[in-house]
Amino acid sequence: MGKTLSEKILSQKSGSDARAGDIVVAQVDLAFVQDGTGPLALRQLAESGIEGVADPKQVAFFLDHASPSPNRELSQDHALLRHFALKNGVQLWDIGEGVCHQLVVESYASPGEVIVGADSHTVTAGALAAFATGMGSTDVAIAIALGRTWLRVPESFRVVLRGKFKKGVYAKDLILHLIGKLGADGATYKALEFCGRGVTGMGMSERFTIANMAVEAGAKVGLFPADETTRAYLESRGRGERFRLLRPDPDANYEETIEVDLEGLEPTVSMPHAVDNIVLAKELKGEKVEQVFIGTCTNGRLEDLAVAARILKGKRRHPSVRLLVAPASRGVLMEAMAAGYVKDLLEAGAAILPPGCGPCVGIHQGVLGDGERCLSTANRNFRGRMGNPEGFIYLGSPATAAATAIAGEIIDPREMM
Amino acid sequence: MLKGRAFKFGDNISTDDIAPGRWFHLRSNLPELAKHLLEDVHPGFTSGVRPGDFIVAGKNFGLGSSREHAAVIIKMAGVAAILARSAARIFFRNAINVGLPVLICDTDKINDGDELEVDLEGRKVKDITNGAELSIGKFPEVMLKILDEGGLVPYIKKYKDFEIP
Repeated sequence: MGKTLSEKILSQKSGSDARAGDIVVAQVDLAFVQDGTGPLALRQLAESGIEGVADPKQVAFFLDHASPSPNRELSQDHALLRHFALKNGVQLWDIGEGVCHQLVVESYASPGEVIVGADSHTVTAGALAAFATGMGSTDVAIAIALGRTWLRVPESFRVVLRGKFKKGVYAKDLILHLIGKLGADGATYKALEFCGRGVTGMGMSERFTIANMAVEAGAKVGLFPADETTRAYLESRGRGERFRLLRPDPDANYEETIEVDLEGLEPTVSMPHAVDNIVLAKELKGEKVEQVFIGTCTNGRLEDLAVAARILKGKRRHPSVRLLVAPASRGVLMEAMAAGYVKDLLEAGAAILPPGCGPCVGIHQGVLGDGERCLSTANRNFRGRMGNPEGFIYLGSPATAAATAIAGEIIDPREMM
Repeated sequence: MLKGRAFKFGDNISTDDIAPGRWFHLRSNLPELAKHLLEDVHPGFTSGVRPGDFIVAGKNFGLGSSREHAAVIIKMAGVAAILARSAARIFFRNAINVGLPVLICDTDKINDGDELEVDLEGRKVKDITNGAELSIGKFPEVMLKILDEGGLVPYIKKYKDFEIP
């Protein structure tokens, strides 16, 4: 019997014949924390009695959630992380560098690696065929200390993508559609493995968007095969030598197969307060919003800003809508400036936030007022997510977000294209 | 044998419900963060719950963010165990890592306020109020060991590494 991508990677990293359902101890290539989970990880590390870190080159800290710090408590948390990083030779990506998941794919992840991050959207790096999964602070602390972690090898769902997106339809619409189909717990403990012609035709940015949201169906990991697109991306990031072809065996065992015809998809929106609560954008016509947010580890990349800038260029945000844009990393912001997207967005009335998580997590930079509605390109719309349990969050693509900012109400972006 | 009252919750209780993001700055001050436990879905929960009580939930308990603080402050409130039809993956692991049992069982048969008796070793729950008896799903061996030690930190202190055959 052949192996799935998860079985292949975990076999290699555990030095065993890993099969779905097995418990293995795997070597970890990168263990990381962010400013919301790092302080607890460091306290647990100290408590465990293990001094230092297994290999500082395989550890990274990111200050992205509260970036820059809005208050004294978080400034103290940042100081704690900076101090530990300096003392132990760990690379710390300070405020303004970007969202951890974007920086991980830009600078670390490669096919066949095991990556554990104290953040649920660590799954993003699955797009580069890395077994990347989110864990809590203590699990990651022990991975930092030992360079290993224990994992249950997941069963896999095979998601076969066929055809191409129609104009105005994007990877975000696909993943929202898929989560709606699976349900918020439809893939709990499972791996989602994407394949098919639809994958071959997809760029890395789209793959990151899809892998990023695998966790919203409960999945442990969202994996793409490593192909020529992966190779070109790694070469562009200066680590082409770490590329290797990686695909599942043709006779691998899948618990389920799900087929999606990309041509059949339409702009899709997730409604408050659950990601799997999906509807077509056109069905929400007339639903007013007070805020639009474009950014995050889901949709804050150059390609996303390009889509938004093209729609907003020469137009103006609706006077009753606040338009917030947070590029996913410093590199994204610099490229967006060079391409003229930042100018287009500013002229359309956008407020540009520093690279980082922005208002997605409800700490600062765009907390919703009571009864206010936000169309966001983020990955979660749980009650209270953007800092106020009386706020309402809708999730959509950068195109839907840009068109909504102009219209002042949720709209199918094809009406503006 | 654990004995306590059931505090019933519905499906899909997220870690944003358990430890709201607007209290992000209290994550290094857990006693203060604990005061806001579940405040948006069950106002007054922290004043009503007594040590030894149980959180009884529907499916997919703890979905969303990996914030382990969610499991920590449930434990700090004195909750002896979480009983749920299913639990989200990261939360499940976090709870075990901080020594808080998450027991998968058919919670539809339990009502809010019922008196429960939980037999961890025999993997059984008895609802004393209505007489229902439920069986608890199996844990992987490694998780049982971590739970036996009271969490992952004491486990690592004792074994220095993962003890997996």
